[in-house]
Amino acid sequence: MSVGKPIERLDAVAKVTGKARYTEDFTLQGMKHAVYVRSDIAHGMVKSINVDEASALTGVRAIFTYEDVPDILFATAGHPYSTDPGHRDPYDRNLLTKHVRYEGDEVAIVVADSELIARKAARLIKVEYDKLPVLNTPERILADDAEMIHPTGNIVGAHEFVVGGDMAEAIKSSEHTLENKYSTAMVQHFHLENHIAYAYMEDNENITVVSSTQIPHIARRIISEALDFPMGKIKVIKPYIGGGFGAKQDVVVEPMAAFLTLKMGGAPIQINLTREECLSCTRTRHPFLGTAKGGIDKNGKLTFMDVEVVSLTGAYASHGHAIAQAGGAKACTMYPRSVIRFNATTVYSNMPAAGAMRAYGTPQVIFFVENMMEELALKAGIDPLEFRLKNAGLPGDINPLNKKPILSHGLKECLEKGRKLIDWDKKKKRYKKFKDGTIRRGLGVACFSYASGTYPVLVEIASVRMALVQDGSVHVLTGATEIGQGSDTVFAQMASETTGISTDKIKVISTQDTDFSPFDTGSYASRQTYVGGQAIYKTAEKLKDNILAYAEEMTGVLANRLQIVGDKIVLIEQPDKTVVTLKDLSIDAHYHKDRGGQITAEVSYKTRTNAPSFGCTFVDIEVDIELCKVDIKEIINIHDSGKIINPILAKGQVHGGMGMSIGAALAEEMLIDDETGKVYNNNLLDYKMPTIMDTPDLKCDFVETEEPTASYGNKSLGEPPIISPAPAIRNAILDATGVAPSELPMSPKRLFELFKLEGLI
Amino acid sequence: MITKEIEFTVNGQLITLDVDIRKSLLDVLREEGLTSIKQGCGVGECGACTALIDDIPMDTCMYLAVWADGKDIRTSEGESRDGQVSKVQQAYIDAGAVQCGYCTPGFIMTSTAFVEKYKGQKVDRDLIRKEHSGNLCRCTGYETIVCAVESCLKD
Amino acid sequence: MFDIKSYEKADTVKQAIELLSANPDAKLIAGGTDVLIRLREGHEEFSSIIDIHHLEEIKGVEMQDNMDVRIGAGMCFTDVIESEIIDQTIPIVAEASGTVGGPQVRNVATIGGNLCNGAISADSVASLCVLDATLEIEGIDGAREVPVTEFYLGPGKIVLTHTEILKSIYIKAENYMGFGTHYYKYAMRNAMDIATIGCAAAIKVDEGKVETLKLAFTVAAPKPTRATTAEQFSVGLDATSENIEKIAKKALEDLNPRDSWRASKDFRLHIIETLAKRVITAAIIDAGVQL
Repeated sequence: MSVGKPIERLDAVAKVTGKARYTEDFTLQGMKHAVYVRSDIAHGMVKSINVDEASALTGVRAIFTYEDVPDILFATAGHPYSTDPGHRDPYDRNLLTKHVRYEGDEVAIVVADSELIARKAARLIKVEYDKLPVLNTPERILADDAEMIHPTGNIVGAHEFVVGGDMAEAIKSSEHTLENKYSTAMVQHFHLENHIAYAYMEDNENITVVSSTQIPHIARRIISEALDFPMGKIKVIKPYIGGGFGAKQDVVVEPMAAFLTLKMGGAPIQINLTREECLSCTRTRHPFLGTAKGGIDKNGKLTFMDVEVVSLTGAYASHGHAIAQAGGAKACTMYPRSVIRFNATTVYSNMPAAGAMRAYGTPQVIFFVENMMEELALKAGIDPLEFRLKNAGLPGDINPLNKKPILSHGLKECLEKGRKLIDWDKKKKRYKKFKDGTIRRGLGVACFSYASGTYPVLVEIASVRMALVQDGSVHVLTGATEIGQGSDTVFAQMASETTGISTDKIKVISTQDTDFSPFDTGSYASRQTYVGGQAIYKTAEKLKDNILAYAEEMTGVLANRLQIVGDKIVLIEQPDKTVVTLKDLSIDAHYHKDRGGQITAEVSYKTRTNAPSFGCTFVDIEVDIELCKVDIKEIINIHDSGKIINPILAKGQVHGGMGMSIGAALAEEMLIDDETGKVYNNNLLDYKMPTIMDTPDLKCDFVETEEPTASYGNKSLGEPPIISPAPAIRNAILDATGVAPSELPMSPKRLFELFKLEGLI
Repeated sequence: MITKEIEFTVNGQLITLDVDIRKSLLDVLREEGLTSIKQGCGVGECGACTALIDDIPMDTCMYLAVWADGKDIRTSEGESRDGQVSKVQQAYIDAGAVQCGYCTPGFIMTSTAFVEKYKGQKVDRDLIRKEHSGNLCRCTGYETIVCAVESCLKD
Repeated sequence: MFDIKSYEKADTVKQAIELLSANPDAKLIAGGTDVLIRLREGHEEFSSIIDIHHLEEIKGVEMQDNMDVRIGAGMCFTDVIESEIIDQTIPIVAEASGTVGGPQVRNVATIGGNLCNGAISADSVASLCVLDATLEIEGIDGAREVPVTEFYLGPGKIVLTHTEILKSIYIKAENYMGFGTHYYKYAMRNAMDIATIGCAAAIKVDEGKVETLKLAFTVAAPKPTRATTAEQFSVGLDATSENIEKIAKKALEDLNPRDSWRASKDFRLHIIETLAKRVITAAIIDAGVQL
């Protein structure tokens, strides 16, 4: 039995020894390097490009401008293709552009013998622009006479839903209501490995692209669309990847690498973005601006919540309105017994493009909801934790959005567990003494709900192939991608659990190659264990059946009397009695002249359920009013992610999400000038990615519910941990200081303004 | 191209090179096949390219290769010998401090120097944090990294 | 790979000066953490380099016979932090050096480079200002000494001419003996960051009264600055919390921080006053005086 155990990651030794090879670690003879020429203005039209000086540089092999690329618009979001044309992502990008839409937009590209020469040449290219007005605030973007950032207009998408009852009645039944404005910041994923890909051809008609991507199969489709090149002749390889967090659930450099190798006779071409490019010229998190309203009745019931947001998608849609849609939908199961209205509009702006980022719109929406919940409770004179406990969903509650029962719902238990772990009640009393002076203490809590995958909005397909190797071990091929979260290890545990074969005999092939990896849309939406796990389960069942059937053929013992234990096939009623070892069986299957064959199993499965997952953050902080700084003394995340498959890996996911959320809460933001669109801080000195000295001790725990729709009882865990820490910290600041921050990040600069406004300093 | 002959030891092996003076030590080590040296920023902010130079952690991206003349250099590859990972490497595995793995080799080298320096001394989490603050990680929230280093100092 | 067009290694200060005077475009490289970043950014004015990375002449920390302390400009920050002499005489320099970047940066970046870079945020300079450090400079026309407080001319501008090298930093015994000191770097992060405001204080208290106060700030004016009005105001005052608040307010009169996207002027002024208060208090405690 392997599920539930802290099995060592399959790639642990490869990674600690540094032997794991990432995209940049592969080199090909004669590899050329390509570097973009990027706009230094945020909005305008290229008037002229002068490449003379750059072309003359020794080692420059080619320069392509927007005039040289195919006149094809493509969409970069890493979504599965939709058979409904109305549901596809906006096709709004060319490989290079004459109309530049943010500072850093791509107008040309240089190919040279080395990156050094390519960068030097790129700097020598002179571009002149006709400037256009920069649109970076909703007022300007949505003004009647606003310049159109794209020919389709400035609105990417908009929708509204009201679920769970009648809003007018809910408002009428409320004892107290309130409405507040909130906003979240543009932050960046900051995966340690920058975006990188290289492409080459081994004949005249097939392209290979090696890329640091979360979505190799989707990347293949998008490259094909962007170049109008046959999909079956493109091969995408994904080696080890140094983090993605959603930024690599987008096709960023791959189509260009493929284009360049096509143009240059199949020569290997690498595009390796710098950290600066990665920060402001790939993808970011959508900033949300808007309001949250809520109502509470005389019994402390949340009568309604009403969130209205404008989401800024930046210069290109990428995942566009899907972010706000998902954010609104995923927040519906937390307090499902209230009326919920959600209204969202996504607009273009002259900023870096926003795309998918860990938890996909939900951290933004939950920041609004959980701030509002806190203030509503305070207004009604109820303890904010009691208010949440009273309104937290319960198993059997109906998801108001899809009208389906919520089968496992551990939010209430998470809140109760966290309350004990942080010693909430005692500290609440003790901290009453620390509400004035310059050093103050406060407690905060915030909840979240999320989902496991994207169904029914998108298809959830996962495919797995398992093959018995001659030595009795098993190879598992999956299209699902290991990006550091540990999915390969968890899949091995699941396969072991179902087949009975020990995990050390199961090798999950970590590299995806679209030529032979079974089809799967990749790593996103916290879908791997839930959706991929279903395919693993079904394939493992089939492989076990095939092995036992062959054992019956080989030994004459009926298959239904046999089971696999470790590396042997034994009698069920007599487990110490080996009937045949897997090795002997596999040798026989492969090499017996008159029977057998390679024993394999392959399943492609579409998951048609989607289990919500839940949790909360408790935090204990100290605020130094004069220094305008928040010090986290204790922070705990509690998660209901169903059954935990691997406790070490699970904790790792939680810690990572917490760390990112703390950064977003207190420090991180891309600073962009409203007037000029200038990006001030696309470097590590000024983008305040938390160091180890800025991150406190992180604690976490689990409430292990059993989710009946998953074969191993599990639900999503990769993204959820990033959702609730920021609002919990915000609520703790409110508790400590009486000041209610409404914008992220709650950096010293912003706290200074707030404290000054409220007369604290 | 200006070159200069340098001689240095990498993971116990003596190497003589006629090195292009424009190269960083990161460039040279990667060309030697030591791709545990990762480039995450190129400006000495992220620490993914950390190697030990005479047992001191250095960002090899901000270190001219010519400066390596006469030095003893250690990288993560060399910390594992005869198929056995080092104590620090094993601690990272046991603590669950490895996720995407891109920052890992650099962190391992910083921790290795730290553990060698503070072995047997009383060390708190603040000191561990201070001495690892030149390495960035986005996957772990650093929690398990601190745990891994603590566990190396225990016995 | 860096776009270096010419490379010369200097084995002595004299040779470095000769190489500098032979090539008007050449730049010195010591620790490399500034020059190599500029080169990576494509700044061609750094493409001719004279390497003084290994130059022994500008390393070392020594206690002179008269108890003055000499710090070689080529000392990396870690060596400064770990120097026993510095720990026993001018620990504020070690404190300030410990706030530079992260360990890897401190292991190679030099204290002299930190000064010669001319950044108004240089982490070591406020501590050297309150110690009234003297800088020993050698050039083609001979040697000279410049007080650190006069070394800076403006943002990124220092008094060194093209053919000069900063060799050593001297701290006189009279400027550290009997002083309590403290340094605080206020930044958005606790490591790898640029100071929003840096503040250093050195104080002598005699029978409960301030005898001498030296108070210096970085990022609070176009160059690292001593708050002389506050310093003069403080002389003879009782060392009480009330007076410290008054001194802190006075400090604002000497300073003129920038309003920038990194931090507003208002915010910086508030932090200046807060730090002045806290740093003076800590320096008094360091001097062994109870408040």
